[in-house]
Amino acid sequence: MKIKSKKQKKSYSCVEEKKYYWLRYIIPALLFYVVFMAYPLLDSLRLSLYTGNTINSRTFVGLKNFIVLFTDPQKSTRYWSAFGNTWIFFLINMVMQNCLGILFAVILTNRTMKGRQFYQTIIFIPTTFAVLVTGYLWKLLLNPIWSGPTLEKIGLGFLAQPYLGQSSTALISCTLVSCWQWMGIPTMMFVAALRNVPEDCIEAAEIEGANSRQLFARVKLPLIKPTVGMVSILTFVNNFNAFDIIFAMENANGAPEYSTDLIGTLFYRVGIAGQHPIGIPDTGLGAAIATITFFVLALGVVPTLKATQGGDN
Amino acid sequence: MIIWCFIVILPLWVLVIDSFKTKLSIYTNPFGLPAKWNFNNYFSVFRDSQFLIYFKNSFIVVILSLLIMLFVTSLASYSFANWKGKGSKILFFFMIAGMMLPIKIASIKILEIMKILGLINTIWSLVPIYVAMGIPIGIFILTEFIREIPYSLTEAALLDGAGRFKIYHMIIMPLIKPALATVAIYNLVPFWNDLWFPLILINNEKSKTLLLGVNKLFGQYQTDWSKVMAVLTLSAIPVLTLYLSMSKQFISGITAGSVKG
Repeated sequence: MKIKSKKQKKSYSCVEEKKYYWLRYIIPALLFYVVFMAYPLLDSLRLSLYTGNTINSRTFVGLKNFIVLFTDPQKSTRYWSAFGNTWIFFLINMVMQNCLGILFAVILTNRTMKGRQFYQTIIFIPTTFAVLVTGYLWKLLLNPIWSGPTLEKIGLGFLAQPYLGQSSTALISCTLVSCWQWMGIPTMMFVAALRNVPEDCIEAAEIEGANSRQLFARVKLPLIKPTVGMVSILTFVNNFNAFDIIFAMENANGAPEYSTDLIGTLFYRVGIAGQHPIGIPDTGLGAAIATITFFVLALGVVPTLKATQGGDN
Repeated sequence: MIIWCFIVILPLWVLVIDSFKTKLSIYTNPFGLPAKWNFNNYFSVFRDSQFLIYFKNSFIVVILSLLIMLFVTSLASYSFANWKGKGSKILFFFMIAGMMLPIKIASIKILEIMKILGLINTIWSLVPIYVAMGIPIGIFILTEFIREIPYSLTEAALLDGAGRFKIYHMIIMPLIKPALATVAIYNLVPFWNDLWFPLILINNEKSKTLLLGVNKLFGQYQTDWSKVMAVLTLSAIPVLTLYLSMSKQFISGITAGSVKG
């Protein structure tokens, strides 16, 4: 950096600069971005067409990894179950975050609300926690040995179930814990959006005789549509990579019986850690999983952006 | 609303309060205050683990990443805000695109790059990744902010004979401090709480970050939930105190990504 500043001092005292003068300020950031983000990302797409674990033993196999992933009976069952679980995980999260987020935001922006700051602070606390910490904490809370006696005392003994051990409830439990953790972000995004609704719009609607429900559905909701889109995109992108929560609450195998296996955990097992019992990661197959995720994300994000962010771009 | 706050507070209450209980009393008395305050959990965490080393590692990684990230993004944003060329626009969108793409997808290649660079199993492998992770959002926020600084300030400085770099660090930097804080906060939480990259890149005891350490201690203490709670409390305290002491900046910082320029 020092060398650069010396160079710059030599000239450029007037406003006109050489064509690529400004590029040198971008180079450090560009270097980090390209070497550790853009290049690995694009090269992962390329790797999905190869097989072999080290750079030297790599051979081009075309689409074979994808074919194996989709047709090999064992691997394709795992993949599609993870794929389905990820969608369940995402859809529950999205519905919860958008609905509850809007609900909380409406309550929080209500002018008669007391102690707003206090509630905001509390709702937001879990967001600052590591997913791992949240996961372990809830693992205890959902443990029937721990919670059973208390629940029985207040007459809710039937609620003491091994939620994380049953295939039928494990995924939903993990999803709800994830909602618990991230609720603060959509709420505050909606609060910001609702505050930006112009006062005269609301006044005009009130003069026209709109009741509060109409006011919300016809005036406020359309105006915060971009935020709904943004929340959806954020949950979409984050949930298609969710890994920590399952890793903490169940394990990287998506126990019990793969019922909580997400794309994130499958990717970890196949591409990074290596499948039990072999223990050697299959980078080609892992890259294939990553590639599909990449395209799913692109297909999901771009239309949503267009549909909800249009007009101000 | 009140119900939700209760759902939020109850686990946190359990987290803190149960960390002061003994191994068995968390079952007999899960929600109440401990009959006898037991600090042994905390002592034993410090005694039989390298908790302080984990903590130090995390601290170094996060601070270093934030500093480098803020420096390179503010430089780049300064340029994007001033450079009115075709290349500027193309590069800007290229670098912002990373906001929508999770870097995790690239893990396989990153693992390889780190092996080649010989950084694997050291905390230094995490820094460049975090820097890269923070760049898109940083550029997005800072460029917008720098554009709003009146150009007359720059013009005046140019007339006084200041170079572009001098303008950057004498005029622009002091003015964008609030935006820098926003970017720092936005990235602080994910950097501190990241499990994925330490998990795949670091495997030796000395370079473990706090969360990896928590993960290991969890396995070690598995049946002793009160100790687990102590570990979890300890690991959550730094960010939590920071959050509680400046919750407004935190909330606006973390939600900054969503608010369109």
